[in-house]
Amino acid sequence: MDTFIQTFFNLDIMSQAFPLLLKGAVMTLKLCAVVIVCGLAGGLMLALAALSPNRALRWSAIAYIDLFRALPPLVLLVFVYSGLPFAGVRLSPFMAVVIAFFLNNSSYFAEVFRAGINAVPKGQTEAARATGLSQAQALTYVVLPQAVRNVLPDLLSNTVEVVKLTSLASVVSLSELLYSANMARSVTYNASPLVLAAGMYLLVLWPLVRVIARYQRGLAVN
Amino acid sequence: MTQPRTMLEISGLEKSFGDIEVLKSIDLKVQEGELVFVIGPSGSGKSTMLRCCNRLEEPTSGAIFIEGERITDIPRRDLDRMRLKVGMVFQGFHLYPHMSVLKNVMLAQIKALKRAKPEAEARALEMLDQVGLKHKADAMPAELSGGQQQRVAIARALALDPGVMLFDEPTSALDPELVGSVLKVMKDLRDKGMTMLVVSHEMQFAREAADRVIFMDGGYVVEQGTPEEIFGNPKSDRLKTFLSRVSHEDAGAEAD
Repeated sequence: MDTFIQTFFNLDIMSQAFPLLLKGAVMTLKLCAVVIVCGLAGGLMLALAALSPNRALRWSAIAYIDLFRALPPLVLLVFVYSGLPFAGVRLSPFMAVVIAFFLNNSSYFAEVFRAGINAVPKGQTEAARATGLSQAQALTYVVLPQAVRNVLPDLLSNTVEVVKLTSLASVVSLSELLYSANMARSVTYNASPLVLAAGMYLLVLWPLVRVIARYQRGLAVN
Repeated sequence: MTQPRTMLEISGLEKSFGDIEVLKSIDLKVQEGELVFVIGPSGSGKSTMLRCCNRLEEPTSGAIFIEGERITDIPRRDLDRMRLKVGMVFQGFHLYPHMSVLKNVMLAQIKALKRAKPEAEARALEMLDQVGLKHKADAMPAELSGGQQQRVAIARALALDPGVMLFDEPTSALDPELVGSVLKVMKDLRDKGMTMLVVSHEMQFAREAADRVIFMDGGYVVEQGTPEEIFGNPKSDRLKTFLSRVSHEDAGAEAD
């Protein structure tokens, strides 16, 4: 039992590793912020394109969404980081991760937005347009607020997925939380830093998961 | 006396959806202050005709004039300006569920008409008062009955000071006991001199309140005249058949 605690819950090692892990956590949060903000914006644009009456625009958006939802994010990441240099495109680990996860995530967010917009009755747009609002105004003030409300749990779930996804960045030696924890593990020959990292992920994600669960239960009750 | 102004004129209007010709040739005039009622069997193109009048549907051919302006020609970017002159009330109300009643009535005033917020709010409250719902200004649409929602929808359209109001089966989605309140608002509007084109199955209301009744069938205006002429002395067989069917339905409904 003592060995178990020494190996996985060694407080001395945890406190030694903590500053490094904190730095990693900051990097993870930075990455999440960029990927989520870009993913949301890109996803919304893609969803609008996928719903556009313009056939070329619609089909390119749908092709993009299908392609990047089907490709495993790790494959995308390795390709962007290690494959593109063969074409002369050399990216920093941070940029490679941002681009790969943006491609993946914007397509997921696009699907969520598309479902949300589709669930808003057509009469809402018609009523708005009939009062002289432009297409963009009808979208901004009438359709999107309702669309977002329709899919809020899905948007949050996807956000949780992004946070988890960022741990893949360790494979391109980006010093985010998992990479830092693994470094600490190899330096200390002890698994406690990994447990600490897991605890830190949990600390951030558990409340989010709770909120989603409550929201979904609320929807079920109503 | 001056000649009454023509507020809405439809001339040779045709509309097809794919191979299906819904409107074959519609001619229609609505003078200032007139309440014109459009009746006819379902599928006769009444709603489609109404929706062409603010170009929610694009006419296949023909012309529509609003206050003398030919709106069937104006480019898409000028549609929003044109639509401010034409208020529309839908069968399904279509209030914005995420906004209070007051915000529903203010939105287009601020965003489309570019009114200042205090002015828009004052105007919204005035219009809500006119439909008897000022006390519900802070309520959310879901808290209102269907009849109240429809009255808010009327206030929302009126707040933009339209020259013509289009009503697309405004009471068809309402429980029978709520119909009266909406019809009363429409009657008040008529008394205030609003120009109105109404598609509806409320024959009794047409008899009482309409200046003119238009009977549409199969994509044509088959017959038109005063309520007395249309209901009291129908000329075409199609109108006679329609009226007898409707009166049977009414009798059936009363028997229930």
